[in-house]
Amino acid sequence: MIEFEKVTFVHQSGVKALQDVNLRIRKGEMVSIVGENGAGKTTLVKHIIGLLKPTEGRVNVFGKDTRDASTAQLSRMVGVAFQNPDHQLFCETVEEEIAFGLKNFGFSPDVIEKRINWALGFFGLEKYRKNPPITLSGGEKKRLTLACILAWDPEVIILDEPTVGQDAIQKEKLSEIVRMLNSMGKTVVIVSHDIEFLWPMQPRVVVMSSGKIVADGEASSVMNDSYLLEKARVTQPQLIRLYNSMKRKPQRPFRDVFDAERHIMEALSVRTG
Amino acid sequence: MALLEIENLNFRYLDSEREVIQDFSLSMEHGEVLVLAGPSGCGKSTLLRAINGLIPHMYQGEYKGRVVVDGMEVAKSEMRALAQKVGFLFQNPENQIFMFSVERDIAFGLENLGIPRQEIRERVDNAMRLLGITNLAKRAPHELSDGQKQRVALAGVLAMDPKLVILDEPTSLLDPLTARELVYAIGKINKEKGTSFIIVEHRLDLVVTVADRLAVMYEGKKIFDDRPEKVLLECDVEPYGVLVPAVTKLQRQLSRQGIPLPRRLLAPEELPVELGV
Ligand SMILES: Nc1ncnc2c1ncn2[C@@H]1O[C@H](COP(=O)(O)OP(=O)(O)OP(=O)(O)O)[C@@H](O)[C@H]1O
Ligand SMILES: Nc1ncnc2c1ncn2[C@@H]1O[C@H](COP(=O)(O)OP(=O)(O)O)[C@@H](O)[C@H]1O
Ligand SMILES: [Mg+2]
Ligand SMILES: [Mg+2]
Repeated sequence: MIEFEKVTFVHQSGVKALQDVNLRIRKGEMVSIVGENGAGKTTLVKHIIGLLKPTEGRVNVFGKDTRDASTAQLSRMVGVAFQNPDHQLFCETVEEEIAFGLKNFGFSPDVIEKRINWALGFFGLEKYRKNPPITLSGGEKKRLTLACILAWDPEVIILDEPTVGQDAIQKEKLSEIVRMLNSMGKTVVIVSHDIEFLWPMQPRVVVMSSGKIVADGEASSVMNDSYLLEKARVTQPQLIRLYNSMKRKPQRPFRDVFDAERHIMEALSVRTG
Repeated sequence: MALLEIENLNFRYLDSEREVIQDFSLSMEHGEVLVLAGPSGCGKSTLLRAINGLIPHMYQGEYKGRVVVDGMEVAKSEMRALAQKVGFLFQNPENQIFMFSVERDIAFGLENLGIPRQEIRERVDNAMRLLGITNLAKRAPHELSDGQKQRVALAGVLAMDPKLVILDEPTSLLDPLTARELVYAIGKINKEKGTSFIIVEHRLDLVVTVADRLAVMYEGKKIFDDRPEKVLLECDVEPYGVLVPAVTKLQRQLSRQGIPLPRRLLAPEELPVELGV
């Protein structure tokens, strides 16, 4: 559904931000993209909605070469919440900001009203309904960009660093909705440095470094490869580090704190007899 | 004399309904590292603005109480004078990057202070090395990735060598290894120069390793303020949106079940060793 074929991209400044990238994302997948600052993650995302076109190679989205499609056409299917919310917010009030995309896509006024109410409620922004987006806190701005995208329910949802500025409760809610949308068949792509947030969702993990894809696989295997991760300046989740430090490892690695607790209690009872 | 004294501060922005900061008091000694956590929107950035003078000098609103930095009362001092004592990293790095090249950008604040050229060169080079951006020296800041921009902004703050450095979510855009190196650098600067830090963060696993205190804020008020291990192992911070690192959560759970464990925060590699498993 999203296909990168030997894509190379060179910025005007001469920086090669993508180098021979091959990537295929299928419908209904949950894919995370990790890798060092400047690895090319955002550049890759911009190619999916045609904001950037490959210098060499091809990007196909829903069977269409992005060179032959406008960003407006692609945005009907693909919603992107960009890394920096200040680049995406421009309306007078929070409510208008959410309504903007919905109006553009021709939803009826009562649907728009319902979706706005849902989005404001879900992201804890009701009290700012009539406020200008620029007066929101950093984390609230970020949630507003997420609300705008999720409100119009695109087929493919791309989130570039969605957890920036979010506390534990907001992260948990975000993780829940992402899982729910994915289980409904939506394709989700998350770019993030927040390994502790990504890992419990057990997504497919694409590792980027210096413009290249250096690994691509299940979270359970990629996250276990500390040597590979380190080269892309990524660290392992805490519970994997804990698991690897145990003298007698349980049969399966931990998936969450409860899992880890159970195994440790078992190990302790074996030790004390 | 304390480095920072906040006495019963209250603040309301012109167009906000409620007071964003409510009767907030805090005192900090020279050389301390304080981490400030709390839910999104609880007033952390607002509090920081009241320390560096953006509030009340640039943001209008209702202001009550007193903030004193190193003997200077913020509301009665010029921003320029405050800027020499307090370095500030904004939540969004684009708010403070504007020159044509990375190294010029980092040198900008120093040039304004009239520091000799040779010393500027040294301080800029040191700051770039500390943050691993020497290879970006000649690049245009607006053409960098977001994480690279954040490192440039931070280098500019550290090069000024202020007594108090305030960092608003400094690791949020950094890749995990760079974040770890940054926290290590903070610890080193703090030990070597006695620089104090206030760090707003949601990801606590890294920053607590260099913190003397962890304060938790909720709806404009201070809820907890103590040694990080006390707050994370003995207080119930989850209702206040604080993300307890996975291993710390486990350590707390096991301690509560009566398993003897040290009262300091254990790293993932240490916990199995302490337990003998
Ligand atoms: N507008 C631009 N002009 C020129 N070069 C750019 C531009 N934007 C990004 N670059 C460069 O392209 C490379 C990839 O940048 P990109 O923003 O894709 O990185 P990223 O992986 O998203 O990093 P981060 O984790 O910091 O967000 C970097 O070397 C960056 O400096
Ligand atoms: N310039 C402003 N004008 C009006 N309200 C603001 C402004 N900046 C922040 N706020 C509001 O003040 C509250 C606290 O914001 P902030 O201090 O940025 O939170 P935090 O940094 O803890 O996420 C939020 O409700 C936010 O919407
Ligand atoms: Mg990016
Ligand atoms: Mg903030």
